[in-house]
Amino acid sequence: MSFPWAEHYTPKHPLMKWMDEKLPLPRFVYNAVGGGYEVPRNLNYFWNFGVLAGLALTVQLVTGIILAMHYAANGAVAFDSVEHIMRDVNSGWLLRYAHANGASFFFIVVYIHIFRGLFFGSYKAPREMVWLLGIVIFLLMMATAFMGYVLPWGQMSFWGAQVITGLFAAIPVVGEPIQTWLLGGFAPGNAALNRFFSLHYLLPFVIAGVIILHIWALHIPGSSNPTGVEVKGPQDTVPFHPYYTAKDGFGVGVFFLIFALAVFFAPNAMGHPDNYIPANPMSTPAHIVPEWYFWPFYAILRAFTMDLTIPFTGIVLVPAKLLGVLAMFASILLLFFLPWIDTSPVRSGTYRPLFKKFFILLIVDVLILGYCGGAPAEEPWVMISQLAAAYYFAHFLIILPIIASFERPDPLPGSITEAVLAKSKHKTGETVAIAAE
Amino acid sequence: MATEVQGTEAVAHEDEGVRRRDFINIAAVSFAGVGGLAVLYPLITQMNPSADVLAQATTEVDLSAITEGQSIKAVFRSQPLFVRHLTAKEIAEADAVDPATLRDPQTLEQRVVDGKKQWLITMGVCTHLGCVPLGAGEGENKGEFGGYFCPCHGSHYDTAARIRKGPAPKNLVVPEYTFTSDTAILVG
Ligand code: HEM
Ligand code: FES
Repeated sequence: MSFPWAEHYTPKHPLMKWMDEKLPLPRFVYNAVGGGYEVPRNLNYFWNFGVLAGLALTVQLVTGIILAMHYAANGAVAFDSVEHIMRDVNSGWLLRYAHANGASFFFIVVYIHIFRGLFFGSYKAPREMVWLLGIVIFLLMMATAFMGYVLPWGQMSFWGAQVITGLFAAIPVVGEPIQTWLLGGFAPGNAALNRFFSLHYLLPFVIAGVIILHIWALHIPGSSNPTGVEVKGPQDTVPFHPYYTAKDGFGVGVFFLIFALAVFFAPNAMGHPDNYIPANPMSTPAHIVPEWYFWPFYAILRAFTMDLTIPFTGIVLVPAKLLGVLAMFASILLLFFLPWIDTSPVRSGTYRPLFKKFFILLIVDVLILGYCGGAPAEEPWVMISQLAAAYYFAHFLIILPIIASFERPDPLPGSITEAVLAKSKHKTGETVAIAAE
Repeated sequence: MATEVQGTEAVAHEDEGVRRRDFINIAAVSFAGVGGLAVLYPLITQMNPSADVLAQATTEVDLSAITEGQSIKAVFRSQPLFVRHLTAKEIAEADAVDPATLRDPQTLEQRVVDGKKQWLITMGVCTHLGCVPLGAGEGENKGEFGGYFCPCHGSHYDTAARIRKGPAPKNLVVPEYTFTSDTAILVG
């Protein structure tokens, strides 16, 4: 938000003045991510991940557009064209590894970003729209990454396409025509590969568009902060530039350092070796798994092994397959309702002793789901997924509403500044003590 | 003065009921709407299987080389097809099951051609999410019921390729086929 005390954009150079009259783009940027955007002074490093997500998208756009110059979306040559990128194209191996690992890093960053929001209550009023648009971005990312993974046309690509489009076949009556329509055939083939490439190229730009809406919606109330207490006056904020450009710049450096470690020293660690086997419609890999970032949802999908029947009659209400698909979609879609599910007026988890414990349990639960999703569909993994999936839904649908009404929150600081000063007083006290020793 | 005149004019128009302009508006927007829908149709249907994909070839399978207890994988509509020569024991196992207890109740008889009970011909496409189940190849895992086992999410099929355990909702699909001779079938 442009708080009344925010710096005004005043172009000095005649060229910039001229520009400001014709197309005030520099003014727009200044007010969005420059000195004109006032931000709470107490943001911690978890607030870096939004900028990092934007950076990861940029990496995908740049490497992706270059890969598309060398890639051929045809079932007969797609696999070979990716090998051609790896072996023959100058620096092709680097671009492909950057793109493949970039997808993984994009998800790591976005998952941290989402859990940041979950802990600090960023989804609560007045930032519901920011959260809703975030979930839209997340869904688009998943669709993009899924279709991207099909492009190298290896075994996992092919069978991933078969299994994921098969999800739609679970819809009663119209399911199978929908699957055939999505694939343009009865099994994944050239038609599917081509349309996936077209959409894989398109969707990242749609994501970029939704990101602009996401930030627009954010800048209306302004950024939240770790205390969850709203900005009360000029002493609570600092301008985005140079304060947070510097802090984000540091985060960007750390991000690229870790990213480079993966790209140069473990480029296939997050991939699956079977995707280096060309697609074979006649043989399914012994153990098909999606990319790691889909594992928690895949575990929920597989957790449903029994039909929902009317007891003692054997009449099937909902077959197991449809249950699994519904549960998987519901696990994401329920996040759309989160701003209205969590009715606690206290935003930040820091001041919610009970919520804090359940939040940690939720993280553990999602990690367990993730582990089960990557494991073979055997016991004990199926049973563990069932329990973990049940807990996942219980967290959002039962635990959150209940603790919101029971919990006694810790006292909130009077303002952001008060919280910051209390902390630094504490710290200075310590330094004094050390100096005295 | 001028506003007064306008006011009386507006009232006069309302009194006439439906205005000419309302009619033109509705007609134009409806026409554009119908046009929009007509344009939508090709945009959507282009995604459906094209003529060359639909020009589905039929597949002929020679059964003479398949010994009892053996099965092979053939290709039909670019999807795997399982052709299995059941043993007497496998037939007995399939017949011993009360179909009423099954998720997709069918007897072995309903899934084979009369008098050719030993030939079980099904698609090799798991009815869960479409993986190729194991069990048709030499030494592959046949699952807990001795038929097929889908490793993707753990569906077990019995010796009549009926779903017995796991997430798949239906038995493996039996395609349309005819015996062209005692030892050959034509699928499709
Ligand atoms: C949201 C951003 C994006 C994500 C999450 C993403 C994800 C992926 C993934 C997971 C793969 C498979 C990597 C592999 O194992 O080889 C892939 C491949 C590919 N992507 Fe993207 N991508 C994104 C943006 C783009 C863009 C903007 C383009 C531009 C056209 C593009 C072009 C390609 C191409 C040509 C391939 C095939 C080559 C290969 O397999 O490395 N991607 N993408
Ligand atoms: S595809 Fe066979 S069990 Fe899921």
